[in-house]
Amino acid sequence: MKTIAEFSIQFHQYLNEEGQIVQALPAFANDHAHLIRLYTSMQRTRLLDAKAVIMQRTGKMGTYPSSLGQEAVATGLGDAMKPEDVFCPYYRDQGAMLERGVTLTEILSYWGGDERGADFQVPREDFPVSVPIATQCLHACGVAYAFKYRKQPRVAVTSLGEGGTSEGAFYEAINLAGMWNLPVVFVINNNQWAISVPRNIQTHAQTIAQKAIAGGIEGVQVDGNDVIAVREIVGRAVEKARSGNGPTVVEAVTYRLSDHTTADDAKRYWNEEVVKTAFAKEPLIRLRRYLTEQGAWNDEKEKQLIDQLSQELDQAIKDYANKASQPAENIMDFTFKELPEALLHQREILLGENHG
Amino acid sequence: MAEITLAEAITQALAYEMQADKNVVVFGEDVATNGGVFRTTLGLLQKFGPDRVLDTPLAEGMIGGMAIGMASQGLKPVAEFQFEGFMYPAFDQIVSHASRMRTRTRGRLTCPVVYRAPWGGGIHAPEHHSESNEAYFAHIPGIRVVIPSSPARAYGLLLAAIRDPDPVVFLEPKRIYRMVKQNVPDTGEALPLDQCFVLREGSDITLVTWGAYTVESLQAAEQLAQEGIQTEVIDLATISPIDSATILESVEKTGRLMIVHEAPKNCGVGAEIAALVAEHALTSLVAPIQRVTGFDTMMPYYKLENFYMPSVARIMATAKQLMEYA
Repeated sequence: MKTIAEFSIQFHQYLNEEGQIVQALPAFANDHAHLIRLYTSMQRTRLLDAKAVIMQRTGKMGTYPSSLGQEAVATGLGDAMKPEDVFCPYYRDQGAMLERGVTLTEILSYWGGDERGADFQVPREDFPVSVPIATQCLHACGVAYAFKYRKQPRVAVTSLGEGGTSEGAFYEAINLAGMWNLPVVFVINNNQWAISVPRNIQTHAQTIAQKAIAGGIEGVQVDGNDVIAVREIVGRAVEKARSGNGPTVVEAVTYRLSDHTTADDAKRYWNEEVVKTAFAKEPLIRLRRYLTEQGAWNDEKEKQLIDQLSQELDQAIKDYANKASQPAENIMDFTFKELPEALLHQREILLGENHG
Repeated sequence: MAEITLAEAITQALAYEMQADKNVVVFGEDVATNGGVFRTTLGLLQKFGPDRVLDTPLAEGMIGGMAIGMASQGLKPVAEFQFEGFMYPAFDQIVSHASRMRTRTRGRLTCPVVYRAPWGGGIHAPEHHSESNEAYFAHIPGIRVVIPSSPARAYGLLLAAIRDPDPVVFLEPKRIYRMVKQNVPDTGEALPLDQCFVLREGSDITLVTWGAYTVESLQAAEQLAQEGIQTEVIDLATISPIDSATILESVEKTGRLMIVHEAPKNCGVGAEIAALVAEHALTSLVAPIQRVTGFDTMMPYYKLENFYMPSVARIMATAKQLMEYA
């Protein structure tokens, strides 16, 4: 007997839960302004989530998936991408989408039941969120193939939850990405929960990252509550892909500190003690602590930031609330580029009902 | 000019459009080196190279999904499923994403994909290789379903499908891949989608069919004519959306309608055509609408296959029943 292949999975962390540096920081993280930008983005996401949940409770918003606790994954991956890259998000990615240039109003509109919320004005080539689990992994591969075919130095990034890595589409995607050496990065938000099913009964695999090995590609794990680690490791994976050196799976270990969506009640399956521990490790506290110790942050700056972000959010909510409603015919006008006869006939019926 | 088969007409259309448009890429299982198990992509790898003609890993859901990503970037993917019975893993991608991308993004992203598959029974194939599953796809809003019935129509309709700005499921009747040869000039001229083709004019009965069953339908029409019954045979061609105008016009003339398809009767496309006629031309009818279809059974293994397939005799018997109504 002899060993014919060996694999290992590396774990990366720069900022531990106490806000202490555990290894030399990557260059970007020595720039406090950059870290403050990341902190701002995480705070913006958190405020958006909190507000959207309240809006849902008061009938002003549809079902909404808060990303409380996962802000570092979204912000870090969004910041690691270039504008010309393409993002294929899962549905708990508002932080990354904001980084990409999707607006608060668009996100509110989408979850508020308005398709126009996915007609992003800025990242025109980014995909709308994918609700069917892991299906977006294959879209990212297709996008990446187009980049490769046209010899464009661009990268497709997709994200999904750890539950999503049980889907065939994920395995199919990493297999294809490896086989065709596609410029694509898979970011796994391992938030420990697929609605009520915990990580430990989702897969017997010791890490999610090691699933990459089956596709012949690199898998790496990061502390998903350390935005510096997420930004650095996803950034490396994105630039590796851009330079033609292939795809990567990045498993970001985090914790979903909210219900799955506003339609869920996590108290039915949560262990309060575990959640309490998880709250202590959330991503904003540690970065704030670090920045404060560096003399780059203080209570007054925090207050100013919250005020500024709250105003921005209030304006977005106003814009969302005041957005002219879509005309009834919008339900069919985008079914095909040109509507076939049968739909034109149904369109007349619809318009008759709504004007008659 | 040499005459070509339906299978060769597919290859000819792919080659024409790949030559004309660098955005067209062809991929699937065994399509490159092997030229496809039915040889419909034969020679494309040599002509257009491995960046545009790709053997994929063996995963149909993957083929369905990657096409959507490619299309969002302006490529024109022509994705092949090796057999229609293997399309189901891709059904999620087709119904949940390909069909909706334009709607979901209000036209920002679109999905001009062609999903090709050899389709239908009657070739003594193993199980799962002989399905008539067009109705599954016809039910999806935002998807076109097209089935050619001759080399010329395969060429013209496939060109139209590739050029169409929206997703098309293009099902190829494998039973007639090599049944007849036709002169199909390689002019790059597409045939219209969303339109029926009247294959034979007649004044007594309107017979709507598609794919390989145009063959038996025309045979039946020929024999019926000898008995003085004039059958108008309409090739539906675009299964969804249905060109109701051509069918209604014909029924208004004949007063009798029969639909012939290989798929099971229950919720088959024939039911939709019958309903359309009932809604819009009931008063033109002098006889009840009849459907001659496969039975509501699993497709049998090949030893019993012929019992499943609608026969010329059954088509003729049904036509004669229709003629009992004045």
